[in-house]
Amino acid sequence: MTAKLRAFAAFWYDFLIGDDWRVASGVVLALAVTAAVSRTKVPSWWIVPVAVAVLLPATVWSGTRASRTRDANPSS
Amino acid sequence: MTVWALFVSVFLASAVEAVEATTIVLAAGTARDWRSALIGLASAAAILAVAVVALGPAIGALPLQSLRLFVGGFLLVFGLQWLRKAVLRAGGYKALHNEDEIFRKQLAAARVASTRSVGVVPDWYAFTLSFKGVLLEGLEVVFIVLTFGSNEGNIPVAALAAGAAILMVASIGALLRAPLARVPENAMKFAVGTLLTSFGIFWGAEGAGAAWPGSDAALLAIIPLTALLAIGLVAALRLARRRSSPVAARGPAERSESMR
Repeated sequence: MTAKLRAFAAFWYDFLIGDDWRVASGVVLALAVTAAVSRTKVPSWWIVPVAVAVLLPATVWSGTRASRTRDANPSS
Repeated sequence: MTVWALFVSVFLASAVEAVEATTIVLAAGTARDWRSALIGLASAAAILAVAVVALGPAIGALPLQSLRLFVGGFLLVFGLQWLRKAVLRAGGYKALHNEDEIFRKQLAAARVASTRSVGVVPDWYAFTLSFKGVLLEGLEVVFIVLTFGSNEGNIPVAALAAGAAILMVASIGALLRAPLARVPENAMKFAVGTLLTSFGIFWGAEGAGAAWPGSDAALLAIIPLTALLAIGLVAALRLARRRSSPVAARGPAERSESMR
């Protein structure tokens, strides 16, 4: 039963969060900052695009590191 | 967003998922029992249809700004996941999705499994394989239909686009009786990842209270800029691989890496 619950939780984690939890965290943070800045007179539309321009290269870079680690240690 | 843009976005995303589900159903039917595989397919499709009918109105009842924030956030996370995988595959850091290879693995596993009849299902293994494959791949289709459809206030068009994509891919699969290995799956995933990320940026920021310069026309800048960012990353990865060690310069197909 515990194994099934764990598998169920793992499925939803993989579905919603994916391979890199930092992307989901970064998106939540960017939207929260946008919401906060939107309450002021400062334009806030640029925050999410800038966050994506930082998050995508960062997560791709972490993916290449994981790939290199697998190549260096194929048994791991 | 025009009705056609909604249709094309959902159609492309659903077609990618349908290719993967078709491979699994074909493996279950070819190696085991077609009737059980088709009952599994129909059962999963019925559950997914009920999910759209049940959740659609509930999501549509949310206030538009909250809906856009919620949906935009999820689309952004989802789109960035797709783009990450597509960029890594195109850059040679992740094995390409190979439907032939997946088909062969599924066939091999299906041929050694034992047969058990349950109710109207002659082969429980074929049923389960087909049911799980369609349900899991279909869940992403349901998510895309509900998010795009509810944001545009047009779930029927989104559902129609998904249905058309699934019907087209399933028909080709049924005619060929072979996995759709020639579909440029990574290119499609690249395009879909770009669209999901772009709409996520637009709706997420708008839902959080931002006002886009040019309103909806901002999408005409967001989509190409997102594509350019991803294409630039692929170019950078390919350049880095050429300059790196012989280990990293090996082809992705040579790596023992999971297909997904």
